[in-house]
Amino acid sequence: MTDNTQAWEGFKDGAWKESVDVRDFIQKNYTPYEGDDSFLAGATDRTKEMWADVMKLVSIEQKTQAPVDFDTEVPSTITSHGPGYITDDKNKEVIVGLQTDAPLKRGMIPNGGIRMVEASCEAYDRKLNPLVKEIFTKYRKTHNAGVFDAYTPEMLKCRKAGIVTGLPDAYGRGRIIGDYRRVALYGTDFLIQDKKAQKASLNSELSSEATIRLREELSEQIVALTEMTEMAASYGFDISKPAADAKEATQWTYFAYLAAVKSQNGAAMSFGRVSTFLDVYIERDIAAGKLTEVDAQEMIDDLVIKLRMVRFLRTPDYDQLFSGDPTWVTESIGGMGEDGRTLVTKSSFRMLNTLYTLDAAPEPNLTVLWSEKMPKGFKDFCSKVSIDTSSIQYENDDLMIGKFGDDYGIACCVSAMRIGKQMQFFGARCNLAKTMLYGINGGMDEKIGLQVGPKQDVLADEYLDFDKVWARFDEYMQWVAGVYVNTLNVIHYMHDKYSYEASQMALHDRDVYRTMACGIAGLSVVADSFSAIKYGKVKAIRNEDGYVTDFEVSGDYPKFGNNDDRVDSMAQQIVTRFMDLVRQTPTYRDATPTQSILTITSNVVYGKKTGNTPDGRKAGEPFAPGANPMHGRDEKGALASLLSVAKLPYDDAEDGISYTMSLVPESLGKEEGKASNLTGMLDGYFGSAGHHINVNVLNRDMLKDAMEHPENYPQLTIRVSGYAVNFVKLTREQQMDVISRTFHGQI
Amino acid sequence: MSKDIPVLNIPKYHADELLGRVHSVESFGTVDGPGTRFVVFLQGCLFRCKYCHNRDTWDLDGGDLYTVADLVEQILPYAKFMDASGGGVTVTGGEPVLQAGFVGLLFQKLHEHNIHTCLDTNGYVGVYNDETNLMIEQSDLIMVDIKHIDDHKHHLLVGVSNNRTLRFVRHLADIGKKTRVRYVVVPGYSDEIGDIHALAQFLAPMENIENLELLPYHNLGTHKWKALGIEYPLEGMEPPPKEKMDEIQAVFESYGIKTIR
Repeated sequence: MTDNTQAWEGFKDGAWKESVDVRDFIQKNYTPYEGDDSFLAGATDRTKEMWADVMKLVSIEQKTQAPVDFDTEVPSTITSHGPGYITDDKNKEVIVGLQTDAPLKRGMIPNGGIRMVEASCEAYDRKLNPLVKEIFTKYRKTHNAGVFDAYTPEMLKCRKAGIVTGLPDAYGRGRIIGDYRRVALYGTDFLIQDKKAQKASLNSELSSEATIRLREELSEQIVALTEMTEMAASYGFDISKPAADAKEATQWTYFAYLAAVKSQNGAAMSFGRVSTFLDVYIERDIAAGKLTEVDAQEMIDDLVIKLRMVRFLRTPDYDQLFSGDPTWVTESIGGMGEDGRTLVTKSSFRMLNTLYTLDAAPEPNLTVLWSEKMPKGFKDFCSKVSIDTSSIQYENDDLMIGKFGDDYGIACCVSAMRIGKQMQFFGARCNLAKTMLYGINGGMDEKIGLQVGPKQDVLADEYLDFDKVWARFDEYMQWVAGVYVNTLNVIHYMHDKYSYEASQMALHDRDVYRTMACGIAGLSVVADSFSAIKYGKVKAIRNEDGYVTDFEVSGDYPKFGNNDDRVDSMAQQIVTRFMDLVRQTPTYRDATPTQSILTITSNVVYGKKTGNTPDGRKAGEPFAPGANPMHGRDEKGALASLLSVAKLPYDDAEDGISYTMSLVPESLGKEEGKASNLTGMLDGYFGSAGHHINVNVLNRDMLKDAMEHPENYPQLTIRVSGYAVNFVKLTREQQMDVISRTFHGQI
Repeated sequence: MSKDIPVLNIPKYHADELLGRVHSVESFGTVDGPGTRFVVFLQGCLFRCKYCHNRDTWDLDGGDLYTVADLVEQILPYAKFMDASGGGVTVTGGEPVLQAGFVGLLFQKLHEHNIHTCLDTNGYVGVYNDETNLMIEQSDLIMVDIKHIDDHKHHLLVGVSNNRTLRFVRHLADIGKKTRVRYVVVPGYSDEIGDIHALAQFLAPMENIENLELLPYHNLGTHKWKALGIEYPLEGMEPPPKEKMDEIQAVFESYGIKTIR
């Protein structure tokens, strides 16, 4: 083992010194902070100038709705590009490193699929080097090609009809969090030795397919760590040794993350749970007089500037699904430790403070792990930042700590995982509203007129009969759950084979716990539909072929979002039932099946692809996002809406239950009481077992103005569903969707 | 006199339970009492305020009928939010004193669950009987809206006399009930400084009054009139300027009345 005495000087001993154990290091060495935000420093002039330089480029992106530049020659790998800087004066940057050799120039990452790269080039009038295309079609197969070689006709039909949508079969799957902190704490030499030992530990194992695969993967991980070291060296840093101070710790951690986003274009490339880890180094330097509060903030600011600059090459089609160019650089903040001490540190504040020093922004996706037991000073600061910037999401630490311990992070929007120990196979989602319509029409797709599901008679009643529709819905859920999980098995088999995330998995333990992260869309549409059938009257309108194409709803019925058990219980049952059905199909690599109730911005696309529904929603109209009640149907105020969502069973939706709320500022009461009213709301929601919430504090009028005058709102940020976006970067359709959502407190 | 005053159409005692006529509920109220509050809007009002922002609550036959038990069951799930913020339940309207019996029993029941109760009223109490007394007794806080101190101008603005309201306020002072007063500044109607002095003189001796909340007239409720197809009487009126509000606040404060905005 290397000699780390100097780098680790002053740190308390523990198991972490002998083997890779970042959690143990944090627990032995961090300083909980119970105070308020009064210690924080503002942005330095250097930071302001740096950010203004970046914003110049960002505004070009916003104006042209296209990348500033992207590579058409060199496929991106950890070491493909020489060092890149924001400005010519590279000494101005406190933390360095860009994905390519120029700021906001996007890398080309064909392993996920060469088609995506080609389509992007076409969309933006650029020409892909034909040699690159030749290599990735003739000599090197991509993930995308592999998947389509193995899809069945049924899978293709489901994909076409959009009963399963958003599948990661054309680009990187993402949602893997490397434990980037390991590079800072140990240096890559230590980690490479560790990986070599892991590989050696398999020498006597039988050569089963699983063992062979793991040995190959470990070899790739070792190569990735070596390349990471080379890449850092090109910037003049030696990360083979542990970081010796706060600045190095920040830089090393970022290099490890940078290696990931140079080599993978996963949908979500999350950062982990870094602030409190870095705080240990910052505290040590401040105590030694080597760092001031201003320096500390400047360093975090510069890290965040870099994280805000992460970009991937995407097609405009992709934007329809996940609008606003999101990257989900999710950083998880706060929470409690298993020993009862809070994991809130001064750096938790510093990270949130970047929303002031650098103004609001969607990335990094700042996620507060909320516990009722967190210090009041931090809670109120979070609420204040939410009110001022609408840029934070909250997730229930009290709910997750029991399942994931106290060193988990959120990948993407709502997916919790133990950092460095667990990963997921991202599975997008299944459209349950469409599934319900298949039940009524015997498997016929109501939009594209194709027999997608197993053929049965169309339900013949003039007025829909609850028991019959429910029974049919169950049959088609059973069918679609099977096709869905099998489709995901194909996707992840191929992704491991052709687009393995070596640099991220190098920062995991040898044996990781895997989940198969399924998901559902359209929950509130389905629950309200069944409620309308049961408590109102729903007449089926048929076309000349006898298929039901529309519904006439009469009579009032309880709607999801009003804390009314008659309909809320239906939503609960649907979640539990679909999860049970998903569990019945074996998964690739024995992953544990889970599901999320999360649509990101795809609720708009799902709605587009789905016909009229029995709740009165018209064909093409958007679904509510995630687990939200349908727009305008939650009539009893914000808390009633929250309680309906909080009832959804997290045990059967362990990949997360997303709720997005918009409040008008006045609804939080008088100025001085706003923050504590929001804190009370969050305490009450999470105390009622709610899992996730996006908080927007905005006026509808401001959003309308931003649609007309986007140039006036370059940094207007709004939480949509598990992530935040620049409002002006959303498609017009999605802007309209956001505006039509319920704004609680509107008189 | 009570003959020409219409009464709410409520089937009085149904299955041994008093029924209330409820316009709507709001689970997240932050401006009607301390903390976050579950707000019950009762149906029916006899005032005809020209600037009413809940015009749809006037009708005495509208809304839905609830038992106390129904309403308590709806409220209890929000107890966590109330605890977290020091909030509770506020009953407003419409005009809740028209259903004093229902309010009293509701508050009594809520107290069994340690929930803070607040009555938001224009104080239009005719007779002080067991029902009204129970309602007052069971209110932890009363917020009373005084529309105008001058009876004639009161009439002009809201269509009825202010006798009952002023008597109600005096009654609360006599029994030492924790009270907050609200006053809406309507340009041209209730912004004359002479009237403000008179109101301040009326309130100044009352020790039960915690504070006076000064509210600028706003026109955010106009769409409700339009939705009902009724002409909005103050069409085109703008909220009072900040300077006017400052001036009025200064008058109240000169009498030692704690004034908030």
